Amino acid sequence: MSETTVGTESPQVAAVPHPLDEAAIAAAVERAMEAMAAAADLEELKAVRIAHTGEKSPLSLANREIGKLDKADKAAAGKLVGPARGRLNKALAARTEELEAARDAQILVEEAVDVTAAPRRRRAGARHPLSVLQDRVSDIFVGMGWEIAEGPEVESEWFNFDALNFKPDHPAREMQDTFFVEPPEAHLLMRTHTSPVQVRSMLERDLPVYVLCPGKVFRTDELDATHTPVFHQFEGLAIDKGLSMADLRGTLEHFARQMFGAEASIRLRPNFFPFTEPSAELDIWHPGAKGGPQWIEWGGCGMVHPNVLRAAGIDPEVYSGFAFGMGIERTLMFRNEVGDMHDMIEGDVRFSEHFGMEI
Amino acid sequence: MRIPLSWLREYAQVPAGATAEDVMAQLVKVGLEEEAVHRPLDELKGPIVVGQVLSAEKEPQSNGKTINWCQVRVVPEGSGQTLTGEGIDPSGVQGIVCGAHNFEPGDKVVVTLPGAVLPGDFRITPRKTYGHLSAGMIASVRELGIGEDHDGILVLSTLGLDPEIGSDALEVLSLHDEAAEINVTPDRSYCFSIRGVAREYAHATGTEFTDPAAGVTVAAADGPGYPVRLEDQAPIYGKPGCDRFVARTVRGVDPSRPTPPWMASRLRLAGIRSISLVVDISNYVMLELGQPLHFYDLDRLAGDIVVRRANQGETLETLDGKVRKLDPEDLLITDDSGAIGIAGVMGGAATEVSDSTVNVLIEAAHFEEVGIARSRRRHKLPSEASKRFERGVDWQVADEAAQRAVDLLTELAGGTADATATDAGQEPAAVVIDLPAHYAAERIGMEFTEDQIVSSLQDLGAGVEKYDGGYRVTVPSWRQDLVIKEDLTEEIARLVGYDKIPATLPVAPPGRGLTRIQQQRRRVLQSLADAGLTEVLSYPFATKADNDTFGSPDGTGRSALKLANPLSDEHGYLRTSVLPGLLETARRNHSRGFRDLALYEAGLVFLPGERLGSASIPPLGALPDEEVLDGLYDGIPDQPLHIAAVFMGLDSPAGAGHTPRPWDWADALDTARLVGDVLGVELVIEQGLHQAFHPGRTARISLRSGETVGYSGELHPKLLAARDLPARTVALELNAELLFAAAPDVIVAKHISTFPLATQDVALVVDQETPASVVLETLREGAGELLEDIALFDVYSGTGIEAGKKSLAFGLRFRANDRTLTADEASEARAAAVALAAERFGAVQR
Repeated sequence: MSETTVGTESPQVAAVPHPLDEAAIAAAVERAMEAMAAAADLEELKAVRIAHTGEKSPLSLANREIGKLDKADKAAAGKLVGPARGRLNKALAARTEELEAARDAQILVEEAVDVTAAPRRRRAGARHPLSVLQDRVSDIFVGMGWEIAEGPEVESEWFNFDALNFKPDHPAREMQDTFFVEPPEAHLLMRTHTSPVQVRSMLERDLPVYVLCPGKVFRTDELDATHTPVFHQFEGLAIDKGLSMADLRGTLEHFARQMFGAEASIRLRPNFFPFTEPSAELDIWHPGAKGGPQWIEWGGCGMVHPNVLRAAGIDPEVYSGFAFGMGIERTLMFRNEVGDMHDMIEGDVRFSEHFGMEI
Repeated sequence: MRIPLSWLREYAQVPAGATAEDVMAQLVKVGLEEEAVHRPLDELKGPIVVGQVLSAEKEPQSNGKTINWCQVRVVPEGSGQTLTGEGIDPSGVQGIVCGAHNFEPGDKVVVTLPGAVLPGDFRITPRKTYGHLSAGMIASVRELGIGEDHDGILVLSTLGLDPEIGSDALEVLSLHDEAAEINVTPDRSYCFSIRGVAREYAHATGTEFTDPAAGVTVAAADGPGYPVRLEDQAPIYGKPGCDRFVARTVRGVDPSRPTPPWMASRLRLAGIRSISLVVDISNYVMLELGQPLHFYDLDRLAGDIVVRRANQGETLETLDGKVRKLDPEDLLITDDSGAIGIAGVMGGAATEVSDSTVNVLIEAAHFEEVGIARSRRRHKLPSEASKRFERGVDWQVADEAAQRAVDLLTELAGGTADATATDAGQEPAAVVIDLPAHYAAERIGMEFTEDQIVSSLQDLGAGVEKYDGGYRVTVPSWRQDLVIKEDLTEEIARLVGYDKIPATLPVAPPGRGLTRIQQQRRRVLQSLADAGLTEVLSYPFATKADNDTFGSPDGTGRSALKLANPLSDEHGYLRTSVLPGLLETARRNHSRGFRDLALYEAGLVFLPGERLGSASIPPLGALPDEEVLDGLYDGIPDQPLHIAAVFMGLDSPAGAGHTPRPWDWADALDTARLVGDVLGVELVIEQGLHQAFHPGRTARISLRSGETVGYSGELHPKLLAARDLPARTVALELNAELLFAAAPDVIVAKHISTFPLATQDVALVVDQETPASVVLETLREGAGELLEDIALFDVYSGTGIEAGKKSLAFGLRFRANDRTLTADEASEARAAAVALAAERFGAVQR
């Protein structure tokens, strides 16, 4: 307030023009306009406002003088002083708006931060890429109308071997491959593949069956760059009337393209598995493989062996089916160039966090 | 199986310039897998020539050794040296220092001249040694990479060789050969022979196959040979252990004859060490025809050979020198002295051929597969013979194989065959399969012409006869794997080519999408990642101590499954809790410099119940009856999904203007609550006790029903110290299966009132021991239905509060469904709430 008081005492401002003195009024307006323009901020403008439009400002005082004039002069003076005051107020409003905008802009400038120095207040979490890949594979098959089937990791020998047409003396049953659970007479083991889930699906579901069985499996391999005793597979099983190996090929091709793009192609090579006949090895053409485009061994597949159908009470003369299986670790290894099995197994946070929620 | 190309070429049309890689590329098409290439000349480069030692001066050295300073002629006398280069003497005679002494002037030897390279990138250069310039080396078999013997250099006459001086020693030793190594699937035992692979090569290339067995002429026997009786007293699965035993006798074998280099080279490329000519012949015939042979020293046999099962307590010293306790299931070859061999697995030491054997009895027998596999496993005796027998050997080829051995023993070892021969046993009936005409087409999904079907099957060696509606196929004797029409279907598709199979996409019936549980699991796992935790996976193997500590709150009442053959005895159990593995993962990360962690894992735990497994396993190929099937299902241990998380260090990275906060017990509990929220399951939190956790900082988490679903809190300080984990590490573990099941099927909508809110705060002083959650619930109950929500916002004890007491401050939100509440109504409700708390706990308003 004291500053504005100082302003009102300014000698140029204090001179009160006669209300009929057009030149004096114009000069007062001119002075006020100059002062407004010279005001650098809203504080200064406030002083200007009080000095030039306040009660004691020259024009207000001149206005007050009008009352003392003759009736005839009153009208003339009114026409002179009123518009002058009006012009002044309008200019003041404009200047106020101008300075307010400048002040607001200045505040924003002053509030600027270095966004590149922002702290990370929330941890970024991550899914394990094997889980993400497993979900993605599942979604492709769910999109085809298949269902996802799951089963226990400790399994009965019957589901894991006998029902899948592994003869009692099959070498795969030997201790060096399979983790057995004590006591031996309980015939329990850690499933060596997700195929027992196929058997369960055939036993528990109505025909036709189209299921994908992802999950953990176990073999007595020591952990090294390419082996791990615990790994993940996904297996597919379709049982319907009239299914053929061409259907198997079509399904795998469709899946490969969903997974690896429209350019992906697959190759089948004869192979042997106890639970399929005919059987095939599945290779996938990997144009982006490290070391150049090449066929990569991806998994096994074939037409379900009639003994497997019989074990589930399905008549092989009426129904036929196909099955396939791939390793999830293996898929991740060649798809995402994971060089060492240890990275997937050891739980180093750098591995999962590098992928985040994607693969 | 390794296939020397020179051998394959005898029976298949392999192009002259084809490499092992080319051969494998063909074999892959018909279902054999490529493994490796073995090519000695990749590591062995000339000039390596035949030389003749002209002179050898013995020069004793100060180090006690005596060396030979030799002059060796490496070009024929009268001819000039055509090779040039550093250290090559134009005279054709090289001066070479040699440390070996097993030769004399006049001997022909292998000279590696300067410029040659030997296995192990051993480069031959002229070098000054023992006062001479030694320009080359006289090589031993080991230096050439063709044998183990390093006692002396290779004197070519010991191999029965007298080649021209200067000739290519690699040629002389048959080293210009290579082998393709292929992986043979268990059904294709006939491919453990050159005969079988040559046939497959012909299939793959559509070229002609010459059967090596057909090239053998079995001499008509002039009466029975060595007496053999087949007396299996306990066949396995009703099949006799031995259904053919061919025995031939060759006398007067010269044990001093060496194995010719061509044979040694092929055996070596096939991965079999050369031992002596007689033993090498038996291996050679086995590789060529797939029939394992056993040779006995005829003079060490006593009486008739009888093939029978072992007697209780019987023993045998096998030819590896070990005395083996025999099992009554072991099939034995015996004579009057007792056991002289475990049939098809390993022979006995007493009757084996030795370097003094002159009269040989050849055994070419056919043994049943399962019995061989069991004996091999029982005695841990994998051998080339057992490998073939347990997968199946051609019944028919036994006499041809025996004849081939007779021929080689006669031709190479100087023996004379007896005119008599033994052939005991009974030919099994041929397998005949009816293949309906359209079966293969339906199963494969493509049309086959009659010619494709018939010629494919005939190429395999099968007999094909047409009948009304199909083909009657007589399976060749070497294809025990062909039993049902599906097997024939594979063969037709394989020979026509799997690459010809078209692609059609079958349409599945409308699916249900993911099951409820699958969706619940996904949402929970994703929300934990969204909340900033990192998912890891660990092995389900646990120590007994881990299971005892984490498996139950007080260490009682829960047993664990034990593995019969764990990778490590310490981690010999299956986990009953996910936490130990997760803590180990946390420790590993911590030791790698990651101090601030929030990890989670979802995995099955294994909880054996009263029933464990099933005593008997139903047979394959048939649906078990309901009771048996129920038994199988019931015997599977309970394996619920658990979700665990562990937090240590700080909740976020320090940053400009941001001070992170250490994770604490409330974060663990909050994470449990998050899981409950995601599933829509209300969790009851109470003060809990669990031996793995801090006794005062543990929450027991349960369902409204009272069922415990897990624990969360700070881990016990002693446990953390023992595991080398930082203090104040917090964790939680939940049984996800119980949570999934508790999730509501339908959530009924609540009326949303739009009338104004009235808020009231209240501070109550209660005993220190009174849980805040209980006071909160009491206030909720006392306030009645006008209470919309209540929250604890402060806990205080200290100045102004009596010792042993605490002040709990709650914010209450009141709202009515049908009107604006007056201040009096809200205060009345608050007063009622406080009154109930006063009544229950003596709570006093502050």
